[in-house]
Parts: sequence; C-alpha cells; structure tokens
Amino acid sequence: MIRKIALSALTALCLATGGAFAAGGAGKVTDYDFSFEGPFGTYDQMQLQRGLQVYTEICAACHGLQYVPFRALGYDGGPHLPEDQVRAYAAFYEVYDAEIDDWRPATPTDYFPESGLENAPDLSLMAKARAGFSGPYGLGLNQLFRGMGGAEYIASVLTGYNGSEKEEAGALLYGNDAFGGYLSMGPPLWGDDVEYEDGSPTDIESIAKDVSAFLMWTAEPELNARKEAGFIAVLFLSILSVLLYLTNKRIWAPIKKGKASSPAE
Amino acid sequence: MEKNVSHAEDHEGTRRDFLFYATGGAGAVATGAAVWPLINQMNPSKDVQALSSIRVDVGGMEPGTQLTVKWLGKPVFIRRRTEEEIAAANDVDLTALIDNDARNANGAEGADAADANRFLAPPTEDGLEGEWLVMIGVCTHFGCVPLGDAGDYNGWFCPCHGSHYDTSGRIRRGPAPENLPVPPAEFVDETTIVLG
Amino acid sequence: MAGIPHDHYEPTTGAEKWLHRRLPIVGLLYDTLMIPTPKNLNWMWIWGIVLVFCLVLQIVTGIVLVMHYTPDTTLAFASIEHIMRDVNGGYMLRYLHMNGASLFFIAVYAHIFRGLYYGSYKEPREVTWIIGILIYVLMMGTAFMGYVLPWGQMSFWGATVITGLFGAIPFVGEALQTWLLGGPAVDNATLTRFFSLHYLLPFLIAGLVIVHVWAFHHTGNNNPTGVEVRRTSKEEAEKDTVPFWPYFVIKDMFALAVILAVFFAIVGFMPNYLGHPDNYIEANALQTPAHIVPEWYFLPFYAILRAFTDEVWIVIIANVLTGGIIDAKFFGVLAMFGAIVVMALAPWLDTSSVRSGRYRPMFKWWFWLLVVDFFVLMWLGAMPAEEPYNTMSLIASTYWFAYFLVILPLLGVIEKPLPQPETIEQDFDEHVAKTKGGAGEAAPTPAE
Repeated sequence: MIRKIALSALTALCLATGGAFAAGGAGKVTDYDFSFEGPFGTYDQMQLQRGLQVYTEICAACHGLQYVPFRALGYDGGPHLPEDQVRAYAAFYEVYDAEIDDWRPATPTDYFPESGLENAPDLSLMAKARAGFSGPYGLGLNQLFRGMGGAEYIASVLTGYNGSEKEEAGALLYGNDAFGGYLSMGPPLWGDDVEYEDGSPTDIESIAKDVSAFLMWTAEPELNARKEAGFIAVLFLSILSVLLYLTNKRIWAPIKKGKASSPAE
Repeated sequence: MEKNVSHAEDHEGTRRDFLFYATGGAGAVATGAAVWPLINQMNPSKDVQALSSIRVDVGGMEPGTQLTVKWLGKPVFIRRRTEEEIAAANDVDLTALIDNDARNANGAEGADAADANRFLAPPTEDGLEGEWLVMIGVCTHFGCVPLGDAGDYNGWFCPCHGSHYDTSGRIRRGPAPENLPVPPAEFVDETTIVLG
Repeated sequence: MAGIPHDHYEPTTGAEKWLHRRLPIVGLLYDTLMIPTPKNLNWMWIWGIVLVFCLVLQIVTGIVLVMHYTPDTTLAFASIEHIMRDVNGGYMLRYLHMNGASLFFIAVYAHIFRGLYYGSYKEPREVTWIIGILIYVLMMGTAFMGYVLPWGQMSFWGATVITGLFGAIPFVGEALQTWLLGGPAVDNATLTRFFSLHYLLPFLIAGLVIVHVWAFHHTGNNNPTGVEVRRTSKEEAEKDTVPFWPYFVIKDMFALAVILAVFFAIVGFMPNYLGHPDNYIEANALQTPAHIVPEWYFLPFYAILRAFTDEVWIVIIANVLTGGIIDAKFFGVLAMFGAIVVMALAPWLDTSSVRSGRYRPMFKWWFWLLVVDFFVLMWLGAMPAEEPYNTMSLIASTYWFAYFLVILPLLGVIEKPLPQPETIEQDFDEHVAKTKGGAGEAAPTPAE
C-alpha cells in the first residue's frame, strides 16, 4: 500500500504540471546545455558578463529589466562585476528622480529601466515566465528530467527564425520555429553582433545562449544559494532520517519482541 | 530477570543512550536551522543595505554654503565653512561647553570637542584645513531638524525648543544635551564624499 | 478526555500540585501526548503529523512573508520580487510557502484516502470525519486566495474564473459575485480582501484541527483492522495500545524527516516545477493566458466542474425540470461542490458493518478504482476542454458519484466480509511482532 501511495503521489506531482504548458506553443525547443542545470549546476560568471553585454548592446534598445537593480550586477553568484564597474555601468542610464523632479545618472541602488517599446515585454522574469518543455501527454515528465526550460526556450526563439514573414493588421510578423508561429519581434541576432573581450565565440548560438543564461540569472538571481541551501537541507534531513529510523526501531523492539503485555520499556 | 541477561542489557543501554542523544541533538540542530532564517529575514534587506553607504558630489559647493542629503532616512548636513566660521569654531573654551565630546564616528572615542576633532579631513593637502563639516542634522534634544546659518552662535538653531549650535555643530545653549554627531564619512576623491 | 482507560497525570512535587489545582494544563498535555494508540497503526497513519507540520510551516512562513508583501495591485507583483531578490533568505521563505501548499495537499489527499480505505469515517467517528472535510474545504479556500496574492496572470485569471462559479448561481449569482469581488471585476478590492482572508482562515483551520484531534482522542484512533481497542479494563487496553509518546511520535518524526528530504529537494532544485510560468507575468486585465489551469490540487474537482456540459442528458433533464434555472454552468458548480459533499456523507452512505477495507474483498477493488479515478480526473483537469477529454471527464465524474451514492450503499448488502481478528493485539502479534504468531512472519513491516 505504501508503495502504491508513493507511486500515486509521484504521479500526482507529474500530473500537476500537465497541460499547463500547452501555452508554450507547438514550437521546437532545442535542449541547449547550460552550466546552471541539474542539482549542482551554478551560473558561469563569465557567461553572465557576456550575456549582460549582449543585453546591453542589443536587447536593451527595446526591452527593460525593471525588477533588477544595478547593484545586483556586483553580487556574488551573478556577473560579479567589481564595484567601480557597477557604478560606471549604472551611470550609462538615466533615471527620473522624484525628489529632485529631474533626470539624473543612475547609481547602483537604482533599477534597470522599464521597456522602451510599448509591446516589448520586460525581460526580468522572462526565463521563468516561459517553459520550453512539457508533456508527454500532460504528464510533466519532460520538465522533471530536463528542467523547466525557460533559458532553452529563449535561446531557441532567438535562433529559431526561419526567414518567412507575413503582414497582419498592418504589422510585419516574423516566422519562428521555436515559437511555433509568427512573432512581432524581428530577428535580433544574426551572429557576430557583439565583440567579446575574452574572445569567446560570437556565432549566433553562442550569443543566444549567453544572453539566455543572463536572463535566467535576472529571473532567478539566488539560484546558486538556493541549490546550496537545498543540498544542505537534504543531506541533513537524510542523516536525521537514518537516526530516527534507528531510534524508532530501537524503541519498538521490546514491543515487537514477543507478547509485550506492558508498553513500558 | 537473570543476572547475565540484565548485564547484556546494560551494554545495550549505553548504545541506546548514545543513539537517543544523537537523534535528539540532530533534531535540535534542525530546529535551530529552521528558526534562524525566520529571524534573519527581519534584518535590513539588500536594497536597504545598499543605501547604507551613499556617495555625495560636493564639487559644486562654494564656501559658506550647505548641502543637506538624506542618509539612512536622516538629514545629513554637509557644510563648506568660511575662514570666519572656522575661526569662530576654534575660539571656544572647551571646558565651558555643555558637551565636551567630539561625537565623531571617524575619530577616537572620548576625544574632546575641539573643532579639530570634528571636521572632515580635506581631500588634498592644499585645501583649507577644517573647511568641511559633516553632521547628522537631527537635534539631540527631541529629534527636530535644526536650521542652518542661524542661532546665537551663527551655526544651527533648532526651532522646536530653542537649542543653539555653534559653527562646529556643538550645543552651546538650550535644552539639547549633546553635540550634533558626525557620521562615518570620507573623501574618496577630490569632489566625492562617501557617507557610511 | 479519552474513552480508553489509561494512567492519568498525577502531580508529585509541590509546584506541580500548586499549578495543577489552578490550571491543569500539564495534565492536559500529558493526556494528549500519552494517549493510548493502537499499536498496529501502519505507515498511512503518519499523514496527520505531516499535516500539522504543514499548517505550522505555512502559518510561520506566511507571517514572515507578510512583513515584506504589499497587498496592492500596483505593488503586489513587485513586492514579491523584492522578497525573491532582496529580503534575507526571502527566496527560500517564498518557495517554502509556495511548495508547502503542495505538500499540504499531497498529505491531505493521502490522509483522506487512508480514511476512506480503513473506514475511519464510520461510527463513532463521523464528527471527526465531517470536521476533517470542513478543514479540507477551508484549505482549498485558503490556497485559492493565497494563489491570487502574487498578482500574476494565473492569479488574476484564476480568481476571475473561480469567482465566476458563484456567478452561476441562479437569481443571486451576479450580486454574490460582485459582493465577493468588491466590484464588477477582480481588482484592488478583491486583492485586499483575499489577503485578509488568506491570513485569517489558517487560524480557523488551526482551531478546527484542535477539535478534530479532540474528537478522535475521545473515540480513540481507528486502526488497520478497524477493530476497536478493548476498554473493559486498563490492563486489556494496554495489550492493544502503546502510548503516543514516544512510540508514534518517533515513528511519525522519521516519516516526516524522509518526506521533508524530498520536499527540500524540490524546493532547492526545482521550486517552480509545480507552479505555472504564466504567474511570473504580472496580471493584465486585458490579456487572458491561452490556457487557464488551476493549481494541481484543484484539478480533480475542476474536471468535474467542466464535465457537465449542456450536451449531457442529465444536465438537459435538470434544465427542463427546473424550467431553465439549472443550466449547464450551474450544474457544473453543483457537481463540483457535490463531489465534496458526497465524500462528507460517506459515514451514512456506507452500509457495511465491517470498518476496514482489509476485510472487504469487493470493496477493495472499488476503492482502488476510486483512487485511479481521482488521478484520472486530475489529469483531465489539466487537459483542454475538447474531445476525447470531455467524455472521459464525464465518465470519471460519474464514477466518483457512483462510488459514494451507489457502490458504498450496495456493497454493505451484497458483500461477504472476511473474518476479522478478535483484537488488535492478535492482529499485531500475527502481522507485526517478530516472534511466532502463525503467518506473521510474512509481513515484515506494519504496512498493508
């Protein structure tokens, strides 16, 4: 019976997310490898810095990151830029200061601006607001084994333009295989769009992966710390389980040993 | 029970005790580990911590002017004093002060309230000594914000209960018990003061 | 307090006597902790402690989250991000609370099905059962309102759809829905009242939990045999029971530690697995997500709600008989709430004289079919409302009602139960104890 229940509970967990991601469209999402996958995966600091560069030079023209403060760029577990670079980076942006009723250069305590274009969504949480994997048959097993796939989805969309275009209600739409339909965002990446200081490859897939990793970080900045805490908790609870198992066995032994007529030890 | 049996149980007993203590101890550690995050979440969050240190550009300040900035939710006075003000601040009998304590977070604790113990070290050698005075602008009486360029000593004057501070921010007359405190501050370059 | 005879607390020192004369609280705690508990309880009896843990976890993490959360439509979503990014350990507290709700429901469903299999709802435990169902309903309300608070797309549209259920009630529906929402649509007024109630209801649940525990401490626990503890004398009762402390406390703690290890693996490594990505998009009243799917724990009942379309003959008949008052929409709402009501009525629908499913050869099959039915409904609840899922939903929903309304009453009449053990002691010696006792060796653990 326990086994049956445990199995049912597991099935319940799997079912839970079933169908939830039908919204992701029928697009083809490539299962790119990222350093932050799996229970022990962490962010690659250099990749986040490259992703920040891609975001700044390309995405930032239209898309905002309104929930991300500049200071976070300096945090351990993120791009981890030195303090003076964070200050210099923030100063590139202007923010409106209600106290002086004027615009001023941003400081590390300010936030990235909102999207500049009306129909360009904010990217802060994009990697958690999209899921690349689902199914099969609404069972949620793919997410279980491959992860939610937010970063994979973004990278796939960025590289998934198939060159077809169509006009609808006066707007030009661009065909995208990963999206599984037409997007109003034109292809943002073509390959060699940026020049990396560290000489990393700048083909379209590498750039797309870098910026996707960066957006995963903006969506889940505490991922490294979270996994560490989770690992310690699981490890400790496992030890506690063993101790409790032995204790339980020990205290029940006299009861199970023959016809213990008295519950006293 | 027979003797040898109870003897065997003695051995069992110590092993059992150890197991029970280990389990109890591990349980206590788990409980402690669960309680700590609940306490720690009430400590200042990262956005608040980030504001604990601010940079103030004082490049545009002329002698005889004052800048008020907000730091940790309180007003901080940054004054570029004139030579007359510095002279007035030095022309004081320290023993006659209400509070003969420097109250300077950057200096030694318990130093006397001489002006030299209160002003901010200038960014370069060639600047006017004692030109910069940085203080938390909260009256030590009941927490009002004193007015600048005012009072009997041409320093600050608290309108709430009439406390007079001199050009070094020391309490000279009125109900306030202490000098205006100097917060942690330093020049990081010629025109930038970092508070905190 | 307890019906089973056992030793009671006797104050010995002067201080104990002093307090006991004025406030017998130590005695109350002693009696609660040392309550005689059937010694043959198996691993399905751990869920009660897991549920108590969940309630405490949710209340404690909830209270600290409130210190940072802002219930205002313009700020709610951002304040959650503030918790996730800036509050010390905030991401952990929020993920614990989020996934804690799922653990809570896994435990409550296991607990309910345990009760259904072993006949824990039967005389004299009907009140315990009814209170339990009440707690479950309050849990659903609390979870639903809690899900609205982050003010994401699913929060908003889930609230819109679910409050729409009340709008389906004839005559008063629309007024009721407006009253619930505090306006014509889900908006700030809705968010603030849901926040208030989400904070209040858990304490109501805690109160009901005390009554729930009180009730079964009075009747005594059920057990896998369904045979009652002998009460004629203390000596006899002690042959059937062991005190709750330490025997079951330690056993339950062991189970809890194992469950929490799995729980923390989910929180640490895949905290968003049970959530919906759309809820990381801020609520937008002008744009509905492509598929609105409730949280997994609502899915079985959501499937029942959607099963009764206007093409189903029973819906058509109801419609004609009531002159159109009961339309398909209202029928679905009635079916959804009815599915819980029939569960609450199980004590009176089950006519069998035998309590435990262990000795009911036919019942077993129907019970496991109900469990399968439950998971099928859960799966269907997440599927789009189209064929073949509609027909499957209808069949699965029908079985749910048939189990309670037809099968349970009939089985009591036609089923020939297996022989039950005379006493709990006998069952324990045969199945659990390590030495002799006939076929006892076959079953090494107290599990079924």
